[in-house]
Amino acid sequence: MARYLLSRFLDVIPTLFLVLTLVFVAMRILPGDPALAALGPLADPAQLAIFRERMGLNDPLWLQYFTFIGDAVRLDFGRSLISDVPVSSLVARNLPHTVYLTITAVIIGLVIGVPLGVLAATQRNKPADDAFRIYSLIGYAVPDFYLAAILLIVFSLNLGWFPINGVGSGFWGGLHHILLPALTLALLKSAFLGRLTRTSLLEVLGRDYVRTARAKGAREGRVIYRHGLRNALLPLSTGIGISILATLSGSVAVELVFNRPGLGSMLIEAIHERDYPVIQAGVMMFAFFVVLVNLAMDVVYVLVDPRIRMKQ
Amino acid sequence: MSETVAPTGGKPLDALAEREALAPEPGLGRTIGLVLFSRPSTIVATVVIALFIAIALLAPVIAPYDPLRQSLLQINKPPSWEHWLGTDQFGRDVLSRIIYGSRNSLIFGLLSPLLAAIAGTSLGVVAGYFGGIVDRVISRLIDTLMAFPELLLAILIAAALGGSFWNIVVVLTVAFTPGFARVARASTLAVKQEPYVEAAIASGVRTPLIIIRHVVPNILAPIVVLMTLWSASAIRIEATLSFLGIGTQPPNPSWGNIIRDGLNNMFATQMPIVSGGLAITIVVLAISLIGDAVRDVLDPEISR
Repeated sequence: MARYLLSRFLDVIPTLFLVLTLVFVAMRILPGDPALAALGPLADPAQLAIFRERMGLNDPLWLQYFTFIGDAVRLDFGRSLISDVPVSSLVARNLPHTVYLTITAVIIGLVIGVPLGVLAATQRNKPADDAFRIYSLIGYAVPDFYLAAILLIVFSLNLGWFPINGVGSGFWGGLHHILLPALTLALLKSAFLGRLTRTSLLEVLGRDYVRTARAKGAREGRVIYRHGLRNALLPLSTGIGISILATLSGSVAVELVFNRPGLGSMLIEAIHERDYPVIQAGVMMFAFFVVLVNLAMDVVYVLVDPRIRMKQ
Repeated sequence: MSETVAPTGGKPLDALAEREALAPEPGLGRTIGLVLFSRPSTIVATVVIALFIAIALLAPVIAPYDPLRQSLLQINKPPSWEHWLGTDQFGRDVLSRIIYGSRNSLIFGLLSPLLAAIAGTSLGVVAGYFGGIVDRVISRLIDTLMAFPELLLAILIAAALGGSFWNIVVVLTVAFTPGFARVARASTLAVKQEPYVEAAIASGVRTPLIIIRHVVPNILAPIVVLMTLWSASAIRIEATLSFLGIGTQPPNPSWGNIIRDGLNNMFATQMPIVSGGLAITIVVLAISLIGDAVRDVLDPEISR
């Protein structure tokens, strides 16, 4: 197992390089003239010249590439063009909010989704299963920001139960502010997690050892949880990784609706203000996040599945 | 041939005919019929999509007002006979904006999965057919990009490129390409083992011809399935990008930026948010129902 884990950790390095290279290509090469793309068609030549000088765009491409990679590795993203604050402190201020939101949403999503999936699987082809099918279809079709806006209108604007924006202070204040945005993301992800639970549980319940357990006279609840759900955990752990990343992508729009700070709102605001160093940092942070979650999922996979753990 | 000989001579042919009668290769028309009219839910979905396409095509005829015309006298009107869905903060007719917004969704829903299918299939077939270092490079790229959810990838590329019609097309195409490439590569690896491909190689058919004549037609089914499923995703992602302000740029109406404008004005009227979101939800739901049906008919192996 140790060897497997080590090789996974080492594998992150080339992946990170590849991701950084893709970011470089997307930000410096694809737009043709990055200065023009960043400042917009209305920028005058003097502004463009200052921008090129500041961002090192006059250097040859290979030098730009190495500077870019070097800065990224040291997490040195330069200073904001708008506020002149170091971008790394902006990132440090916004990152925790996105992490809290994502984790809270995925936990709520699991709490709602897994029982729904178990219910649908045990009630297969009965009304409860049909109802769940409709729930998961709608959960796929509703965009995050739409559900966010509807919940905001109903519960904050009309009923006044929840605040309209911000993150609040203290534990209870924070919880009060995070509940609605987290619930938005969680409801939609619960459809996916529930569907996954249903599918993998149904597959496991068809296996021989489940039949044996039933033949032995084990009670249905024990069959479902001991023999069924525990073995259905494996595909579910991959599903959690996918949901974390899907929640992360949804958080961008949800942060905007609820006017919460976070990596997403930082990125979107930077795009509107044409704050190039912040955009670059935001894109990179999201990319790092993806690589990290994938690594974590591989590690979890090893821990959950004894067959991989015992191999070495 | 005399009539007495015919039955014995005809027997193997009869058997062949019988076998073909048992497993007929459905024609294109029949396949489409099977897909669209298999279940009641799919019939409803088909009608919804037909309506949506009709609305998009006939927008100038059926929209009651110019979607861009602002009017200071008509700001934030509630729904009425003149304005079924009311007006927004610029006095624009919300219904007309929703109607014109459908054009936007339709274009991206059709164009980006098609372009991504072409790009992804080419990459995947090349990787799967040639193998070796080409395959290693392409597969590594696919794996890395597949680690990103499509929406996040789209947001990140849009952040780098900025929003304009062609940029959104590029963004969605790039976001969907890895998925097509992965499926095409896997299918190509399977098809390459088939006797007819080996026979073609052995008889000296040129490689490009083998790929076009023998490989591509035989991996098309899963690609078509992906295309229908992703046209729903394309519409949803375009809406999200426009909502974030990095997709379709105002004042041009898109369901996403109608909701964005609505959110800035939610204390006055909530109709734009509610109706724009319903439009997205209904169309995405209908396309995914059809996508599921397409998958069941064309690719029974992956349907559960």
